[in-house]
Amino acid sequence: MVEIKTADELNKKFLREGMWPTIFCNGCGHGVVLEYTFWALEELGLDMDKVIFASGIGCSSRLPGYINADGLHTTHGRAIAFATGIKAANPDFHVIIFTGDGDCAGIGGNHFIHAARRNIDMTVIMINNFIYGMTGGQLAPTAPLGSIATTAPYGNIEHPFDISNLACALGANYVARWGVSHPYQPIKSIKEGLEKRGFSLLEFLAPCPTAYGRRNKLGDIKKHWAWYDDNTILIEDYEKIMKYGTEEEKAQVKDKIQLGVFQDIQKPGFFESYEKLVDRLREKETKAKEGKK
Amino acid sequence: MKYKYDPKRIREVLGKKVQFLLGDMACVYGGLLAGCSFFGGYPITPASEVAEGMARRLPRVGGTYIQMEDEIGSMAAVIGAAWGGAKSMTATSGPGFSLMMENYGFAAMTETPCVIVNVQRTGPSTGQPTLGAQGDMMQVRWGTHGDFEALALAPSTVQECMDFTIEAFNLSEKYRNPACVMTDGEVGHLRERIIIPDEKDLKIIDRVTATIDKEKYIPFTNSQTRKSKVPDFATFGTGYRTYVTGLTHNEKGFPATDKQPDHERLVKRITTKITDDADKLVMVEQLNLDDADVAFVTYGATARPAESAMEMGRKNGIKVGLLRLKIVWPFPDKLVTNLAKDVDKIIVPEMNLGQMVHPVREFAENHCEVISAPKIGGEMHLPMELYKYLEGK
Repeated sequence: MVEIKTADELNKKFLREGMWPTIFCNGCGHGVVLEYTFWALEELGLDMDKVIFASGIGCSSRLPGYINADGLHTTHGRAIAFATGIKAANPDFHVIIFTGDGDCAGIGGNHFIHAARRNIDMTVIMINNFIYGMTGGQLAPTAPLGSIATTAPYGNIEHPFDISNLACALGANYVARWGVSHPYQPIKSIKEGLEKRGFSLLEFLAPCPTAYGRRNKLGDIKKHWAWYDDNTILIEDYEKIMKYGTEEEKAQVKDKIQLGVFQDIQKPGFFESYEKLVDRLREKETKAKEGKK
Repeated sequence: MKYKYDPKRIREVLGKKVQFLLGDMACVYGGLLAGCSFFGGYPITPASEVAEGMARRLPRVGGTYIQMEDEIGSMAAVIGAAWGGAKSMTATSGPGFSLMMENYGFAAMTETPCVIVNVQRTGPSTGQPTLGAQGDMMQVRWGTHGDFEALALAPSTVQECMDFTIEAFNLSEKYRNPACVMTDGEVGHLRERIIIPDEKDLKIIDRVTATIDKEKYIPFTNSQTRKSKVPDFATFGTGYRTYVTGLTHNEKGFPATDKQPDHERLVKRITTKITDDADKLVMVEQLNLDDADVAFVTYGATARPAESAMEMGRKNGIKVGLLRLKIVWPFPDKLVTNLAKDVDKIIVPEMNLGQMVHPVREFAENHCEVISAPKIGGEMHLPMELYKYLEGK
């Protein structure tokens, strides 16, 4: 049922006029994620008056501004908490959060944890570029060991945060991680996330040549893409090697970032449970009234 | 499940017309009567009863209660709910209020109606959690960074906890600005008789929603349908596709962060929409001021011992009156200037080391002496302590 065939047609439908040019640098991955999101929305045929976007602070959080839809550009790290209120006021909405690794895994970690635990119906799209890009390249909680940032000038000594792994542990209904160089799987995953009741996380590894690449000898975008190829592995391959591989093979993949769908389950979402609670109270009250008669 | 305001049902859930009620619970009643359908809460003494009361009653009127992970999240969810189309509120005390400050400013900047009940306790920091104070009266006015206007009411009785929560919603809806009920641990944990209004006696003001053609709608400018600096409100999902940001924005809502006139136009509008109406917003109680030589200027819990001290003074032939501020912010500046011209001395009793005494002194404009009568540590002033100020001791 897809009527739109080209990216031009897609952009015309989904982009907000008057917000150009974008803030994004050459080689940035954010626009790609936005495009994948548009394709997913188009393929699902959702009513864009009922799709609401929220974001925090950072480059990724500027994305809702470019979308022709309602959008709430909030405070640093808090988008998920704001979105909880949006959804509570109107459970019919599809709420999508664009956030970055600093915004979501850093300052906003606690909101992320609890929204996932409550299984709030929302789709969180976290664009992970290993860096605080907008502020000029400070150390992010997702930065690989040894990477250089303006606030880690001698190399990062902190262990990076695997946010997808965390979301799985919290029981999120849908968790997937992809790079931006695979167009098909991300669009499919965004669609699956949007269709899911409960909490879904889509993590995207996206290059930031300006703030991360430049300082880590990956300023040339081709090198940056090659780094992803060398340092990521599909979950299925990873598991196969860990099960059947030689010690040498295991050592080779041990520290690679896994890509794929990590979790796809059907725990009741928060608002589904809340509605049941309201119904239960109503029934109880009706019975009590009848009892009095 | 979508909330629908049903005052008959709300009255049914609240129960009897006359009740012996806790101050915190009266805030719950006020919120529900005003049509609050979302409460984002986080436990904190002495405000937890507000969250508890909401958790028990909101599902029964079709609203939603969520206990958030912290007060930052509570305030965020409350603002999100407002943009989702709900009337929303939260309640907290000093430490939580401090955490809310960033998003409180976001609400002012994005012109989001919402209500915060602050059941004040002593500070700084953790202070005395169970004991009342009035230490956040300046924080509510200046606590978030940048220029904004505060709407803040200070109840002195349990009845006012309910009435002022309704009023806070009304002001918040009218001006599209956060409004605060600045109660305290004394009034919040006080039990008194209250009378709950019948449905027909409720005076509820709702936001003016956007009705203009979608192509013509401008989200952050003077109203397009009436004479007002408050924009018509197109909440999410209504098809207007509004972009809302805490960044300085132009009239369309798009970021405009590098030009001085854009910022000045925006911030002057969101502040003058309130200050233009400051005289209309004055809500005070005036007692024995006609012939007074000396006056208490007071608010909240402290008004109670001040009134007793005034009565003691009158019995002993001292011409003393009392001005009680029901709305504290915006500050009733002209009223205080006129009072200062009429009396020789103003005494400002507060459960802090002197906060509201500053605007009183500013607007007394040296027409009379202004004395701070502070008391801290979670004990209210005794009437006798305040009476001594009348005798000049």
